[in-house]
Amino acid sequence: MTAASDLDGFRSEVSEWVQSNFPSALKSFDLGADSPSEKGVSGEFRAWRQALADNGWGTPTWPKEYGGAGLSDPEAKVIRQEIAKVGAFNPIPPMTGMGVTMVGPTILEYGTDEQKAKHLPGIASGEVRWCLGLSEPNAGSDLAALSTKAVDNGDAFILNGQKIWTSGAHISQWCGAVVRTDPKAKKRDGISFVMLPMDQKGVETRLIKLISGASPFCETFFNDARADKSDLLGDLNDGWSVVKRLLQHERQSQTSAPAAVKIDQEPLQEQAKRYVGTLEDGTLADPDLRLRIVENLMDAEAHQLTVSRITAEAKGQVKVSAAASVLKNSMTRVAQTKAELTLEMMGNQGIGWEGEQFSEEELRSVRDWLMGKAMSIYGGSAEIQNNIISKNILGLPETTQQG
Amino acid sequence: MAALTEEQTLIKDQAISWASAEAPVSKFRAMRNEGNEGGFAEPTWSAMVEMGWTGILVPEEYGGSDLGYLTFGLVLEELGKQLAASPLFASAYVGATALLLAGTDTQKLSHLPRIVDGSEIVTLAVDEGPRHAPARTALEAKSQGDKHVLTGSKTLVLEGMSATHFIVVARSAGKAGEAQGLSLFIVPADAAGLSRRPMKTMDSRGYAELSFDGVEVSDADLMGPVGQAGEVLDEILDRARAGIGAEMLGVGSQAFAMTLDYLKTRKQFGAVIGSFQALGHRAAELFAAMELARSCGEAALQEIDAQSNSVAKACSLSKAKVGDFLHTMSNQLIQIHGGIGMTDEFDAGLYLKRARVLETLYGNQSYHRDRYARLLGF
Repeated sequence: MTAASDLDGFRSEVSEWVQSNFPSALKSFDLGADSPSEKGVSGEFRAWRQALADNGWGTPTWPKEYGGAGLSDPEAKVIRQEIAKVGAFNPIPPMTGMGVTMVGPTILEYGTDEQKAKHLPGIASGEVRWCLGLSEPNAGSDLAALSTKAVDNGDAFILNGQKIWTSGAHISQWCGAVVRTDPKAKKRDGISFVMLPMDQKGVETRLIKLISGASPFCETFFNDARADKSDLLGDLNDGWSVVKRLLQHERQSQTSAPAAVKIDQEPLQEQAKRYVGTLEDGTLADPDLRLRIVENLMDAEAHQLTVSRITAEAKGQVKVSAAASVLKNSMTRVAQTKAELTLEMMGNQGIGWEGEQFSEEELRSVRDWLMGKAMSIYGGSAEIQNNIISKNILGLPETTQQG
Repeated sequence: MAALTEEQTLIKDQAISWASAEAPVSKFRAMRNEGNEGGFAEPTWSAMVEMGWTGILVPEEYGGSDLGYLTFGLVLEELGKQLAASPLFASAYVGATALLLAGTDTQKLSHLPRIVDGSEIVTLAVDEGPRHAPARTALEAKSQGDKHVLTGSKTLVLEGMSATHFIVVARSAGKAGEAQGLSLFIVPADAAGLSRRPMKTMDSRGYAELSFDGVEVSDADLMGPVGQAGEVLDEILDRARAGIGAEMLGVGSQAFAMTLDYLKTRKQFGAVIGSFQALGHRAAELFAAMELARSCGEAALQEIDAQSNSVAKACSLSKAKVGDFLHTMSNQLIQIHGGIGMTDEFDAGLYLKRARVLETLYGNQSYHRDRYARLLGF
């Protein structure tokens, strides 16, 4: 671990750099709400992304040769903190879809030198967006039941089948897909992980409209789609270990509030006072709601303290661990409950769909509440996380569960 | 577990090996079966004094080792796992804390070394009614010149039958319910007009009910300025709450370990019951609750050691979240063990009973949820 004094020096260096490089025009940009896409962003946005990428600070812990900065976890944390401090943001992770959070770390671990050189720099610079072809209509929680086939035709794999819940597939340049390469092998033994470009004849995407009205997910159809053989990640028919690792990275990325959430958000209790009012002694006018809000705030604090504790125990080295399942479930519970409480406190104003009778805050709360229902389903449902905890952490025997 | 210093690791290891070898839960059971009124076995207590645990919070000038609250918490947690009974918490943790935060130099010099060597047991007397409510203190302290005359009663005083001294929360001004007007006095157990009666509680530990019938004390027994103890009392109680949080973590994690072991060994329908998904998920939920509770419990002790300005919040969080976990865990300890869990011969009941007492001490979960909300201003 870096000595504290070195870290202080690094901090002032970063702070100075961020302040002089972050364009003030981007201060009002809301990374969460404005979900940036390659076409929609401004020149300033691109310049800021480029400046960060030139330093390797979009993916600070990645090796320099692949577009990172080769920094330690504590140093990366300093960068995150200093960026947040001035109301700036790191646009690179969201611009790459699943690139920074999941695909990149998995390539770093399983990729050949050629694959790293080919794929990582595009992710590190925030220019190449990735989606993941994992779930299928008949392979959700039971992912290993997937049936999309990939046949070796000599220099490429030819893919046929359908993926679902591929986030951002319609705007992604690349896809990481799990496919069946040996139909005769046991369920988990005949799977491989391949990477393929989305811009080709054999790939078609269709948006799925969700209950929130948004369409962040797609169905993706492979009809004789091509994946180059050099883009097989990990060994042939060993894709299950790649995907298990990938999913660990996914859980890890879902254990804390997304970086995109604005840190200056009004605290829940203040929002509640605004809508519900207070009694003479200063307590919230609805005592039942008050207690449920305080429980949620306590749960949020307990979650944060657990994240810090696990980091402290790992001596500053953030590792992907089984504890991620505990954290994913607790994060989900805190966020979903908070969304319910927000709607409840808004009362008649918390049921709006559109129109000027409702404030932007109110309409956003409704959409966020609906979107949030996905948290306990994606990335391994709450029940799958409990399977993982009981089996991998507690060592309880397996029955029908195939976590 | 928090990242520990080398010294803390040593003490924790010492506590683990001593408690499991010398003060296992079977010792506690034997003490209970004897009907021991003091609620602890003398040899267990003197061994703790011998090991220096009574000096963990006390500065070196008073004979202690000054290792801080997290360190003490580690010991309390290990003792909690075995339900090891002693006045360690009441005297060397709460009593010492009260003296350190509120005592005069003379009082510290007179009592702290004796707390450390075990010759005095100093305990806090705060609650008067069925609910923990320090502001509702009614025990009256009437000033007469440089004397104060104490009249009233106290209940659920920890180690009250074996205590040599009580630190008494009394009202010098105002009405019960007002936060202002409270004073702290240190009163010897043999003071004229002070009587005590044992309270037999379900956890078989030592508690007393105290009656003050015109007990005369002097200014020299007053801890801090008269009528202004409200704030320091809060600080003392918060440290006590964090200590209870540590013990609750111990009781709860032992209950979890017993339950997990049973899930892996008990067979029904031809399979170990832990292979049933309903129980696997319940275990997973309990484990998650335990991990979150541990973070809160340890953070409170760390905040105290760091003298941060959010000690009050952290301690209420600890008491509420660890309390919630222990409540659920102790019920599941019985439920998952089924019939055997209902028998007195099995240890589960001992843990359940201790759990409920710990939950109620210094404010239960609902007390601390309300307090946490007030601290956040709503």
